[in-house]
Amino acid sequence: MRSKRNIFQNIDWFTIVLYGILVLIGWLNIYAANYNEDEVWFSFSKNYGKQLIWIVASLALIWMILMLEARLFSTFAYSIYALGIAMLIGVLIFGMEIKGAKSWFVFGGISFQPSEFAKFGTALAITKYLTNLKKNAGQFKVRFQAIFILLLPAALIMLQPDTGSVLVYAAFVFVLYREGLSGKILLFGLGLALFFILALLLKQTSIDVPFGLVMQGKLILIATVITICGFIYWFFNSRKRKLLVPLTIAVVMISSYVLSVDYVFDNVMSPHQQDRINELLGITFDPSGAGYNVNQSKIAIGSGGFFGKGFLQGTQTKYNFVPEQSTDFIFCTVGEEWGFIGSFVVIVAFVTLFIRLIFLAERQRSSFTRIYFYTVVSILFFHFAINIGMTIGLAPVIGIPLPFFSYGGSSLWSFTVLLFVALRLDGERMHIL
Amino acid sequence: MKDFDDRKYVVTAIILVTSFIYLIRLFYVQVIDDSYKLSAKNQALRTLVHYPSRGLIYDRNKELLVFNEAAYDLMVTPKQTKGIDTTAFCEIVGITKEEYIAKMEKAKSYSSYKASVFEKQIPSDQFTSISEKLYLFSGFYGQKRTLRKYPKPIASHVLGYIGEVSLSRIKKNPYYKKSDYIGIRGLEKEYEKELRGKRGKKVLMVDVHSRVKGSYQNGAYDTMAVHGTNLYTSIDRDLQEYAEHLMKNKRGSVVAIEPSTGEILTLVTAPSYDPNFLVGRNRSDNYNSLVANDSLNPLFNRAIDAQYRPGSIFKLVQSLVGLEQGVITTETRIKCNRGIINCHGNHSNDKLVEAIQHSCNPYFYQVYKRLIQPGKYSNIFKDSEAGLNEWHRMVSKFGFGQKLESDIPGISGGLLPDVAFYNRWYGEHRWAFSTIYSNSIGEGEMGVVPIQMANLAATLANKGFYYTPHLVKGIGEDFSIREVFTTKHETEITPKYFDPVIEAMSAVVNLPGGTARQARLDSIEVCGKTGTVQNPDRPDHSVFICFAPRDNPKIAIAVYVEYSDYGGLWSAPISSLLIEKYLTGKINDTEKEKRMLEAKFLTIYEK
Ligand SMILES: [Zn+2]
Repeated sequence: MRSKRNIFQNIDWFTIVLYGILVLIGWLNIYAANYNEDEVWFSFSKNYGKQLIWIVASLALIWMILMLEARLFSTFAYSIYALGIAMLIGVLIFGMEIKGAKSWFVFGGISFQPSEFAKFGTALAITKYLTNLKKNAGQFKVRFQAIFILLLPAALIMLQPDTGSVLVYAAFVFVLYREGLSGKILLFGLGLALFFILALLLKQTSIDVPFGLVMQGKLILIATVITICGFIYWFFNSRKRKLLVPLTIAVVMISSYVLSVDYVFDNVMSPHQQDRINELLGITFDPSGAGYNVNQSKIAIGSGGFFGKGFLQGTQTKYNFVPEQSTDFIFCTVGEEWGFIGSFVVIVAFVTLFIRLIFLAERQRSSFTRIYFYTVVSILFFHFAINIGMTIGLAPVIGIPLPFFSYGGSSLWSFTVLLFVALRLDGERMHIL
Repeated sequence: MKDFDDRKYVVTAIILVTSFIYLIRLFYVQVIDDSYKLSAKNQALRTLVHYPSRGLIYDRNKELLVFNEAAYDLMVTPKQTKGIDTTAFCEIVGITKEEYIAKMEKAKSYSSYKASVFEKQIPSDQFTSISEKLYLFSGFYGQKRTLRKYPKPIASHVLGYIGEVSLSRIKKNPYYKKSDYIGIRGLEKEYEKELRGKRGKKVLMVDVHSRVKGSYQNGAYDTMAVHGTNLYTSIDRDLQEYAEHLMKNKRGSVVAIEPSTGEILTLVTAPSYDPNFLVGRNRSDNYNSLVANDSLNPLFNRAIDAQYRPGSIFKLVQSLVGLEQGVITTETRIKCNRGIINCHGNHSNDKLVEAIQHSCNPYFYQVYKRLIQPGKYSNIFKDSEAGLNEWHRMVSKFGFGQKLESDIPGISGGLLPDVAFYNRWYGEHRWAFSTIYSNSIGEGEMGVVPIQMANLAATLANKGFYYTPHLVKGIGEDFSIREVFTTKHETEITPKYFDPVIEAMSAVVNLPGGTARQARLDSIEVCGKTGTVQNPDRPDHSVFICFAPRDNPKIAIAVYVEYSDYGGLWSAPISSLLIEKYLTGKINDTEKEKRMLEAKFLTIYEK
């Protein structure tokens, strides 16, 4: 009982203020994106009106979370995870199909996206799993079980299909890394991405070689890798013997990877996916086709200039040139109306939140709380990086919301719950859970 | 697990580095790079599509059959039309206020922010006066399109037509975009890929009032439209026109082929329609009126799709197969025994040439019997099965019972019954010659389409081979042609066996008492054969196939005139007029011509 009384003394008000600021700025931008000078200045039937209702409702959610016993989250971690899985199965059977994906439950006028809840459940489950470990997350068996906990909901969401929400599960890699997953795996992933991009960038390239032959881009890339490996081999003359085998393996693996990327791109991916990747890498430019969203988004953000056009003065978003302007592309409104100053403030606010959360994580005595904090940071950061990166053409167009900003009840509540459960656990840091 | 504490720095670093990169990028996009501001200032990019002009279609003498005429689609972006003078606008475009509102609602229902067609296919002279004042009305602009035009209102079934691409087609083939044109029938459909050319585009920056502010990034993303490939058809424009003229007020078809190449000189379906009828703004109304006019069915391409029993003409094929199989010789005489199958005329014991000339039914009954039941097996059912197999193989070499691999969409294959067909019908070993003997004189289950009959005439003219009848003799300026059209199709008939058959065909036309005396020409030796497709309670279909001249034939023809009279009376003279026109360029017997032109066979028979 003492803890409940003390919760408002022990809670991290700094984070709560940041949360409030982000939600408020987010709402103002949703208002601006939907504002129309011809209509009444406020209506509950417009997006901003509904969002206001959801913001008020999340205050109630926050209150509930803070009133709950903190240990409940640890005790019922697996149950909440199981409930999430059950809902994901349920939505495949009873869900409503919207835009080609079965991702929503609809009761009366209220719709609810179970993948958001499952994200929370998975965060708790992976936290509990890693807490109870005697070993670190680098071990093979551990890696395998942890990956299963993540893959099960991811696979169910893939069936809906909702690719954006599935990719969010990749964010948990950061948590695993913090808890001992080898850094080499991160580097390996980075290398895969690098050669993937190189292989596609060079696809359109070819050079003429003697005897009237033409060398395709993928062969140029492979030849370059061989040359570099050959050069290393020659340079480290003294250790030739040791280097020969690993260098050969590297050449063979990289070559076959490059060739299979080429094959998968041509034969497995749909034209729609190929277009999006080509646009992102700048291989093709089609401002009226696949690149329409990103091009319009960049125009909107770019037109904001240093100081922005001012609140409600954005023309790009208001004239609907930017699609999905309240949800996935809400950052365009920030960029257009508030300029670089606005973008800077929003990004700094997010980074401050992330670093604050890492700071809170590291001051915990309970490993459950620490790990849970990392899951929250990972999820929030992944959404932040993909969503903003997408609007400025640095990340692929994956429809996932910007935390606390994007229009939508399910996502706002889900991020609120994630964050405030962390703060509730932090409030107990003086006790060992 | 304190061992991994340092990793918090790595995680923090990843967050900081990512955010830093984003800030640099944002600084570049928002502060340094002006092009985005410029684009936004000019409000939006508008992609102006350059529609390629479609390939032209010529006849065999490089006379135009189809060309293009410019027309304009008036496009509108509803959100940008705020505050225009609607009354003045309606006056200039020539519509009422009600129409304006309806069209605007339609455009809005597509999108308020994207341009869509307001008024379709405005002729260019009319558009010139509109475009002079268009700058007064923000939100509107003209989009150049091309319309098909036909110098002469002929060959509509050959040429086909184009129309706006359907949504289901766009889904299947991503090349097409909304409001593209696509070939729907005829050559326009068959050679769509060659004719359509390649779309070009111009990316323009326009301001909020839809005024063009220049090209985007100096035209770096603009592409030129590529003109569609021209088609050189084998159609002879004058002959086509003359044949359509002769077929006025009749139901039926004419197919004329150059035997040595398989090139189709003329392909007529009657009744037909003016190809200009299915172009432009009234296309769909006109189309519906053609469909509604279903009693004469002018959209039905009889020349390639109407099936008839081959009738007496088929006796020519029976003769050739009989000679080749050795069941008769030119000297074989068969009694005209009119017990099982009746006959007409005054003859009793003809040999082959006379039997063809007199169209003697019992003669070919016997020939077919010898082919189907040659006595290889004592069991007549087994015997008939083997005989029919052999007969079917040889007859199908003439192109019967299969779709000719032509370049005419919608072509039918007719029916040449085989063993499987009769087994389905009667059951295995439940049928023999006596069940299927009607085939002997081209009645029974067989079905042919007129183009197959013209092809038969060409095969006879060539004494045993044909090239698939086709319409296009040259694609583009290098005159390429589909390989199938240069492939020689050989029948299995030895050339010498054609001599008696051709002799008989000449007699049919040229000897006194021949059934096709009306096809005789003084200067040219025509070889032909009449056929009559009988219709219970209605007039017969008059059919005639022929080729001319007898030596080194230049033209082979099949003519069908439905519900008229027996073969010699209408189809034969029409054929001879066409031959004369094609080979000499003029008509001597104007009396015959007049009679053909005046004939009317359009009575509607209830089904
Ligand atoms: Zn007879």
